[in-house]
Amino acid sequence: MTLYERRKMKNRLALAASSVAALIGLFWLLAILGTLLVNGVSSLSWQLFTDSTPPPGNTGGLLNAIYGSVVMSFFGILFGTPVGILAGTYLAEYGKSNPLASLIRFVNDILLSAPSIIIGLFVYELMVVPMGHFSAWAGTVALALIVVPVVLRTTEDMLNLVPDSLREAAAGLGAPKWQVVGHVVYRAARSGIVTGILLSIARVSGETAPLLFTALNNQFWSANMNTPMANLPVVIFQFALSPYEDWRKLAWAGALLITVTILVLNISARLLTSRSSARQ
Amino acid sequence: MDRPSEAPGAATTQFRGISLASPRVMDPASLTEKISIKSLDFYYGSHKTLKDISLSIYDRRVTAFIGPSGCGKSTLLRVLNRMYDLYPGQRADGTVLLDGQDILSPKQDINLLRARIGMVFQRPTPFPMSIFDNVAFGMRLYERLSQSEIEGRVEEALKGAALWTEVKEKLNQSGLSLSGGQQQRLCIARAIAVRPSVLLLDEPASALDPISTAKIEELIDSLQSQYTIAIVTHNMQQAARVSDFTAFLLMGELVEFSRTEDIFTKPSDPRTEAYVTGRFG
Repeated sequence: MTLYERRKMKNRLALAASSVAALIGLFWLLAILGTLLVNGVSSLSWQLFTDSTPPPGNTGGLLNAIYGSVVMSFFGILFGTPVGILAGTYLAEYGKSNPLASLIRFVNDILLSAPSIIIGLFVYELMVVPMGHFSAWAGTVALALIVVPVVLRTTEDMLNLVPDSLREAAAGLGAPKWQVVGHVVYRAARSGIVTGILLSIARVSGETAPLLFTALNNQFWSANMNTPMANLPVVIFQFALSPYEDWRKLAWAGALLITVTILVLNISARLLTSRSSARQ
Repeated sequence: MDRPSEAPGAATTQFRGISLASPRVMDPASLTEKISIKSLDFYYGSHKTLKDISLSIYDRRVTAFIGPSGCGKSTLLRVLNRMYDLYPGQRADGTVLLDGQDILSPKQDINLLRARIGMVFQRPTPFPMSIFDNVAFGMRLYERLSQSEIEGRVEEALKGAALWTEVKEKLNQSGLSLSGGQQQRLCIARAIAVRPSVLLLDEPASALDPISTAKIEELIDSLQSQYTIAIVTHNMQQAARVSDFTAFLLMGELVEFSRTEDIFTKPSDPRTEAYVTGRFG
């Protein structure tokens, strides 16, 4: 066998090995999605959106859980996003590599990969114990704490992608730093920052552990943020493990809803980034 | 092409096929010093990149900085509006007087200084906003203007930058939608919209095609009646065509500073002669 033939053979082996690995990964992903679709679609009904979670043996929907998830995610994003964007701005535009910025970056990286159950326990100690009861506000704070590091990181990365020549051009006109950042750099990085926010919505909409320790669950309709509130992940967790057929069907439907939401958010984020990079 | 006003007496003389600056330069009485640089040193960290530079930039004349890559000509330009201040570790020592005031003094308000000294960069840097907003950006910073005043000033600046006829129908389109040469003239319009007295041009045509370059040079010609211009260029033909005075820098030192025609026809330093005749650089 010549050297050239051996090289071609090695190439074929490497290609085969990596293709098989890719297929293994893809298989499980498709298996999960397929199972979810088969079981979820058959459980879909209008009742999901009109009725609250039922007691065992009765029919019902997920209205209270959907409402809780939307409201807590909304406030979590509302509180977490400004902190994340401003802190990311500090790192990219002001702190750069000074000791404080390096420390923030290091802590943020830890927070980014911290198991979310730790965040749940932290907020449990911080809010649930002193207040004496679970509440939707506690759940909101836990979700906000998950949003901050995601948004912070993407904001810093996106601002770092803006060329310094643009900052110099704005500064060259006499613009003070805050206007350079606020009027020019943010605009240039806008779609990237929005992408980060969308991804953080996707992230929090499926979080279970932090809500289990904070908002807990509520079998009934409740719009009071000071009381425990139903939410999709915890309802899925509770219903999927139950012995009741009706509850398990609702869990499948809830899982499908969350997955579709995340899918839509991820696709929008992708479209946003590809559209803005095509423009440049 | 719009050319708002010819400089009085700006008729050019031909020299070796290159048009040289106007005869009025010959009259020393008409020269007033706009910027005076005295024993200027510049450091990137501990590395000294400008050594004891002293020269004058005259009011409403074009001064060119030439020299091989890395000679410090861009650095010198960036001292004049203290652009280097954006980066920690860069430092200038010496005196730079603008209308008699030391701009290197810590008391100098940098943002006000930069509003008086416009800058145009090597690569066009339109902001990601409409053509109109690009031009209006700078003037909105320091002046309280009505919408109609802003519109008037935007039109005036775009005419001054010889871009008005090309963009007047699409002022709301993104500045990024223009061609490279148009983007560069947009940046010039944006700079003159603030009504600075000095314009710094850092190789403004080096990223452009020959036709756009010619337009930029014509533009410099028409702007010199109103602005004091300092231009960094790699292209010696360009320096000869557009400037009244030329400074030749080599490895951070000012080798020769003189009238452009003297630099190109009877340089006093052999290194200048070697450079302008193309023997190195």
